[in-house]
Amino acid sequence: MHELMVAQSLLASIGAEAEEQNAKPLAAKISCGIFNAINDDTLLFAFEAIAKGTICEGVKLNISHKPIQARCRNCRNIFEFDIASPRCKNCHSDDFELMPDPPLLLEEIEFDTE
Amino acid sequence: MYKVKVGKKILSLNEEYAAKNRRFLAGHNKPCLNMISSPGSGKTAILARTITELKGRIRIGVIEGDIQTELDAERIRATGAPAVQINTAGACHLTAVQVAEALKKLPIDELDLIFIENVGNLVCPSTFELGETAKIAVLSVPEGDDKPAKYPAIFARAKALLINKVDLLEAVDFDIERAKADVLKLNRDIRIFAVSAKTGQGLEQWCDWLAERTNKAKGKQA
Repeated sequence: MHELMVAQSLLASIGAEAEEQNAKPLAAKISCGIFNAINDDTLLFAFEAIAKGTICEGVKLNISHKPIQARCRNCRNIFEFDIASPRCKNCHSDDFELMPDPPLLLEEIEFDTE
Repeated sequence: MYKVKVGKKILSLNEEYAAKNRRFLAGHNKPCLNMISSPGSGKTAILARTITELKGRIRIGVIEGDIQTELDAERIRATGAPAVQINTAGACHLTAVQVAEALKKLPIDELDLIFIENVGNLVCPSTFELGETAKIAVLSVPEGDDKPAKYPAIFARAKALLINKVDLLEAVDFDIERAKADVLKLNRDIRIFAVSAKTGQGLEQWCDWLAERTNKAKGKQA
């Protein structure tokens, strides 16, 4: 349900950039960590609903979910955390710490040249 | 068609307020714990018991988050502790700006420790930083021992986990060792307490841990 808040924040950011560019936005690239509680369908639905009648109407959101990095306490290796097999990819130790979540990020906006 | 790199945090406004709360709490040297669980896991019951057990040792204030009603704040106030109720009116999590407002209403100088009881929800609140010192997860045994595996985010990030309602262990199929093992796979440093807010079982260890952490923070000030 918090996706609506995320959608509102996105709408404001894309709208502000569109004003600056004085161009129609077509698509936006968004990324977040796998632990970010973002449901793609819910976010797409929320964004579509609130973008209606604004410059962001019809903007296509491309959402990617990034893995979380972990640091092994045994061999100091930094590896991609895999929930199905939570071990260091190098020494197979299970003593590791998770790095901070990748933030929910608006990475890039695509604009129409017309 | 052309592309513009933005690289902006979508929840930057929430994060600004979270940073503000963190500075405010650090300035007053008050630890603040953000308690997250499903609805009905017993967060308020645990808090009320904890406040009573720690009376005379640690002064606790509570920020209560619920979709509706003042019921939880009233339960906390009945213990004699100050409580501020936030009603989110439908939202599934607390935001840092709501907590900033609530912090102003607590008698901060008369407290040693602040609890934020988040809206009952195992998923959304872990995405919204509030400026807390640490997150505390609660899981009650009727919810099932598979929850840490199914909803890993909060268990991966919490400093402590309370497994509540252990007085019901015999009545439900909850394998406490499985739940613990699943949590430790994600988070080796988490402290796990098996408790019953109803009977008081296990609360002594939890309260001692809290008191020790809180006194350590106080010690830094002295």
